Amino acid sequence: MIDFLTLLQVLDSSLRLATPLLLVCLAGLFSERAGIFDIGLEGKLLAAAFVSAAFAAITGSVWLGLLAGILASIMLSLLHGLASITLRGDQIISGVAINFLAAGLTVVVAQDLFGQGGRTPPLKSGGRFEPINFPGATSSKGINDAGPLMQLYSELFSGHSLLVYVALLTVPLSWFILYKTRYGLRLRAVGENPAAVDTAGISVVGLRYSAVIIGGVLCGIAGAYIATSLQANFTKDMSAGRGFIALAALIFAKWRPWYALSACLLFGFFFAVDTRFQNILLPAWSLSGFLILIALGLLSYVWRKDYLDKVVLGGLALGISTIAIMIVFSVWNTGASSQIKIPVVFIQSLPYVLTVVVLAGFVGKAIPPRAGGQPYVKER
Amino acid sequence: MTKNPAIELRQISKSFGPVQANKDITIRVMPGTIHGIIGENGAGKSTLMSILYGFYKADAGEIFVDGKKISIPDSQAAIAAGIGMVFQHFKLVENFSVLENIILGAESGALLSPSLSKARAELAALAAEYELNVDPDSIIEDIGVGMQQRVEILKALYRQANILILDEPTGVLTPAEADQLFRILKRLREEGKTIILITHKLREIMDITDTVSVMRQGEMTATLRTDNTSPEDLAELMVGRKVLLRVDKTPAKPTKPVLEIQNLSMVDDFGVQRLKNINLTVKAGEILGIAGVAGNGQSELLQVLGGYSAATGIIKLNGSEIDLSTSVSGDGQARRALGMAHVPEDRQREGLIMDFMAWENAVFGYHREKSNQVNRFFMDNNAIRQETEEKMKRFDVRPPNPKLTAKNFSGGNQQKIVLAREIERNPDLLLVGQPTRGVDIGAIEFIHQQIVALRDQGKAILLISVELDEILSLSDRVLVMFDGAIMGERNPAKTNEKELGLLMAGVSEKAAQ
Repeated sequence: MIDFLTLLQVLDSSLRLATPLLLVCLAGLFSERAGIFDIGLEGKLLAAAFVSAAFAAITGSVWLGLLAGILASIMLSLLHGLASITLRGDQIISGVAINFLAAGLTVVVAQDLFGQGGRTPPLKSGGRFEPINFPGATSSKGINDAGPLMQLYSELFSGHSLLVYVALLTVPLSWFILYKTRYGLRLRAVGENPAAVDTAGISVVGLRYSAVIIGGVLCGIAGAYIATSLQANFTKDMSAGRGFIALAALIFAKWRPWYALSACLLFGFFFAVDTRFQNILLPAWSLSGFLILIALGLLSYVWRKDYLDKVVLGGLALGISTIAIMIVFSVWNTGASSQIKIPVVFIQSLPYVLTVVVLAGFVGKAIPPRAGGQPYVKER
Repeated sequence: MTKNPAIELRQISKSFGPVQANKDITIRVMPGTIHGIIGENGAGKSTLMSILYGFYKADAGEIFVDGKKISIPDSQAAIAAGIGMVFQHFKLVENFSVLENIILGAESGALLSPSLSKARAELAALAAEYELNVDPDSIIEDIGVGMQQRVEILKALYRQANILILDEPTGVLTPAEADQLFRILKRLREEGKTIILITHKLREIMDITDTVSVMRQGEMTATLRTDNTSPEDLAELMVGRKVLLRVDKTPAKPTKPVLEIQNLSMVDDFGVQRLKNINLTVKAGEILGIAGVAGNGQSELLQVLGGYSAATGIIKLNGSEIDLSTSVSGDGQARRALGMAHVPEDRQREGLIMDFMAWENAVFGYHREKSNQVNRFFMDNNAIRQETEEKMKRFDVRPPNPKLTAKNFSGGNQQKIVLAREIERNPDLLLVGQPTRGVDIGAIEFIHQQIVALRDQGKAILLISVELDEILSLSDRVLVMFDGAIMGERNPAKTNEKELGLLMAGVSEKAAQ
């Protein structure tokens, strides 16, 4: 069984891995609450990661790196704003373009600057965000005999980079801005019905730009975090789909800050499990029981759906239960070990599978801001 | 001492490209009066009001408020000048509370809670002063349109508006709600507010305004005292010629049943029951009108009859039962083949393809007929074009050019194209939804005549309209729908708007009698 210390370490690393997701998710939250869909979160994250790593490497100062990363991300946000707010273009296309731009440019510029195959040189100590250790936390770190509270304190709460705490503070801050301030009221209104905001004499364009800029700042911090804190340099495509996972988390969270925190922690947990447990052994019985449960869940879900859903998801359920039955059979017949090794690729794919499940709409009904994705044109 | 006008426009002009929407418009509205602006669609009423509310900048002209010349570059400036606007389509955030909608843009500080408590207190005062009671904490999407309109009025009053502009305010209201609105407006007038009422309904102008301006083709054709005019005069000023306001028709001679509906029910995709056990019969040679406030199941009834929503129950056309699923045997094509024609409610979405040419639109639904085809593979486009042109002339579509795209015709002419397509196929049953929505008075007259003429040929007509006047003047029998069910049947000659209004508001048979 997993002991308490291991559990804490997994949670600790969940928090670490959830941080960039959380920041990007909140970036998307501000933008989408204002009615601007932002599929370019991934690109902004990547661009910010590269620029902050490059500046930190050149100047040796992580703070300059962070600042440069935020600025780079804001530039891309403004590009998105120009295309989708001012020029009233298609927000999805603009976002996709930003993703391509970032994926290509980062590698090309990195190669040109550092000549290390599209990566930046490893950051030295001044160029990184170091873990902050709370008073008295180091003494009990990694010690199995310390009391549970002390372990909680030293393993989970202490020892993260500054940006982790910043990200956590952003959640209540976003909630406060959104629900307790005039700006938040207007922001939510402009995502629901921009005409109401416009006729009230407030600039729709101004509000939407401010929202995408806030998104830019948050993506910038997230990018700096992955390149200067989670890792110690920039590598090609290091954002690894986090921008898209954050979008899924945003839908999962129904565009609410506190829900976003839980959704991102869940995704972070899956990432942590993947890094921590490369080989998981599960008893065959519980594994096949679990699979059958999933199959039953699918069946009850499609029960009242259309014909096509029944065919596709029913087929999936059939496949899953077949696997479960085969596992039971082989254990029974051959008397093989009743422990089944889960292939590492399955574990690695978990966060992505969850993303697909969320996006497929399995998790309740998520109603996006009503004016989302539509450019605002004044009507007569 | 002479009072300054509350608002005065001098020589306002505005063009959109080659189209002159407003030409030298001059109006003076005295404080404490209700001033009506009437005109057909596209006469320039909305453009004028948009200029007043800062949506558009006039090309030329001056605006005076209380005798002072001002410029209105944006809505903020209009609000600051004491102008409030209640739009035809409300500008409310549907999932916000009443209170949040009222303070939006007029918050008293950066934090919300002080603004909200201040607004709550002021709202209570306004409610007492003008008898405008609304629960400040209800969510907009949960309250009725009448209430939503009150919220819009309160929004303007909260911003200290002295001049209130209402654009077609009664379009979505029941007669009772409209009466209530008029009471509120009269109350506002007593308190010294100035009200500008934009409408195309002559009756409203006569009922409530003190003075009235008539607009035609971007020009102000007359400004009159309401006491000194009559609906006939106003209609003539609007259209530029004598107009018949009443429909001329002989009593109906109904014969055999053409459409029979038994126990028709329908549940929509969200699980809401939209139609509840509908039973009705339409006979040959009669017009059956269905009255009701928009959104009480009339649209769904038309969708089911037209073959694009599934339902349960029995529908018989000329005695034979129709497949009620939305499969091929029950779709619109199949029903057209049985002698049904359909003029849908929303001509721009369901009746026409706006980017297609008139002749293409004129053949949709009938494009598979032998007469429109050269052989199995090709349509006879030349013949269709020629036929369309003749049809357009017969139905007075202007301009009668079959190669013009549908979106380039005015609302009335678009409707005539749809009507021509459906009527000229000589159907046994014609379904008509909102035949004159957004259509100008001159065209309304023509469309009504065509529908009556079809009835006189012995065809059955099911008419659905939210315009009570239209229902009363066209129908031979009237059914009222409320919340998906038929509330009762009335003889249009022996009923009145008040009685129908009660039924439309869901007050049951017994209570209404």
